[in-house]
Amino acid sequence: METFVFYLFSAFMVMSALMVITVHNPVRAAFFLVLTFFSSAAVWLLLEAEFLAVILIIVYVGAVMVLFLFVVMMLDINIAELKRGFVKNLPLAVIVAIAMFTMIYFVVSGEHFSVEHFAPPARHTADYSNISELGQVLYTEYVFAFEIAAVILLVGIVAAISLTLRRRPNTRHQKIEDQVAVKSEDRLRVVKVEPRQRKYEVGK
Amino acid sequence: MDLILSIYEIPVINILLKIIVILVPLLLTVAYFTYIERKVIGYMQARIGPNRVGPRGWLQPIADAMKLMFKEIIFPTNANKVLFIVAPTIAISTALAAWAVVPFGAELVLADLNIALLYILAMTSIGVYGVILAGWSSNSKYAMMSTLRTAAQVVSYEIAMGFALVGVVMASRSLNIGEIVAGQGGTGIWGWYMWPLLPLFVIYFVSGVAETNRAPFDVAEGESEIVAGFHVEYSGILFAIFFLAEYANMILISIMAALLFMGGWLSPFESVEFLSLGSSFLAGSSIVWLLAKTAIFMFLFLWFRATFPRYRYDQIMRLGWKVFIPITIVWIYVVGIMYYAKVAPWFV
Repeated sequence: METFVFYLFSAFMVMSALMVITVHNPVRAAFFLVLTFFSSAAVWLLLEAEFLAVILIIVYVGAVMVLFLFVVMMLDINIAELKRGFVKNLPLAVIVAIAMFTMIYFVVSGEHFSVEHFAPPARHTADYSNISELGQVLYTEYVFAFEIAAVILLVGIVAAISLTLRRRPNTRHQKIEDQVAVKSEDRLRVVKVEPRQRKYEVGK
Repeated sequence: MDLILSIYEIPVINILLKIIVILVPLLLTVAYFTYIERKVIGYMQARIGPNRVGPRGWLQPIADAMKLMFKEIIFPTNANKVLFIVAPTIAISTALAAWAVVPFGAELVLADLNIALLYILAMTSIGVYGVILAGWSSNSKYAMMSTLRTAAQVVSYEIAMGFALVGVVMASRSLNIGEIVAGQGGTGIWGWYMWPLLPLFVIYFVSGVAETNRAPFDVAEGESEIVAGFHVEYSGILFAIFFLAEYANMILISIMAALLFMGGWLSPFESVEFLSLGSSFLAGSSIVWLLAKTAIFMFLFLWFRATFPRYRYDQIMRLGWKVFIPITIVWIYVVGIMYYAKVAPWFV
């Protein structure tokens, strides 16, 4: 049963990952990427990494891909235009692809990542908590790596905002604090109007 | 009789029956929630509301459902048909799937996950894909604009909502909803997390209103600006499914607010001496308390809609990023300090 589920979701993952790069429409490609994330979350669940699986869905599916789609939907992409350079750039692309695959092969293959080097993951009892386990390690052993990663992310945010922020001093902004602080006297003037005698008779 | 019992023992049938026991009352609640919404808003605006179908209009939601079921589904020209149908399917399936982990009592829960809170957050964050797909596949300008608005709004308010839940998790030291409720017990109304986490409680509920695209955050629908937003091209049963998903999500936000901040099924009179003698109904915890608390929040949704004018888009963004997120971050620090100071009765 477990093997079946594993192969089902792995097949889904590989298929949808392939579709991401072969489908012409960029919005559809983004949706296939969502499906890829989903299937990998399911595979992680099988590994009893439930925290990581759910975080993958919350962060990547729920936030990152939504912003991705946001951008992709706004782009006006001409597919014929994209296809034009295909033949011309093919040799270069093949060379890059081969180089990438050899590098990946050397890293992943044999001595580092093959199955013999790892004991099969141990089964845990029902009260085993993935989260407390992760928290223990993250905030003790790897606390500096963790904090440095957080600082790098913060720098990334600040850099992205400062690069794209356009200051336009001439535009009129709504000043919320002024609006909140406003009192009735600032806006409303009560005028006492003296009654006057009519100067002429009605109907004349 | 023995046969029936033995069928009930089969795991798949057992789980299916439990799902039905949760979903049927939920869907009925959704149906009558729409009726109550129209009645309540009607009375708030000095109207009567629906009163033609059945006695006092009680059969109105059923009539509405029948009408929508028999209407024709119209596909817009050049619409992506597959995604056009998938969109409401995603909306309803995520809205209903989240209910799998919602507990209704100390033992009354379908799936007792230890990451239940994260699961619900994940399901609500996937729900936005229904809206995005609907807007994109309809091949319509208004639907597209609504999609862009929703995507930005939901992503913004999800952060505030997540931070508000971090406060709850810090206070209860658990992601299991049953344990979160148990952590609020013992001292009656003062033990509830709404007191030490008051800003987070308010932010959670307001973000929940924004997440479900309800007034005053309903720029996604904005009938005066973009007709009906993402579901402008939908008709018949497909429209009804979007409607169903939205109301199921509203009830989910309400019941989560009741569970996480108002002690769920715990009685507010738990510690009142003269009531708890002989385990009377008022002092004992029961599902009635949970449903009553949920009803308060459900009413708030309707009250908001009848009271507030719609926020402008830039005001929504300002509220989410410049007000809610800073407040939640500050309050997480305050919760940490309260935790170390062992403020009774919540942090002991």
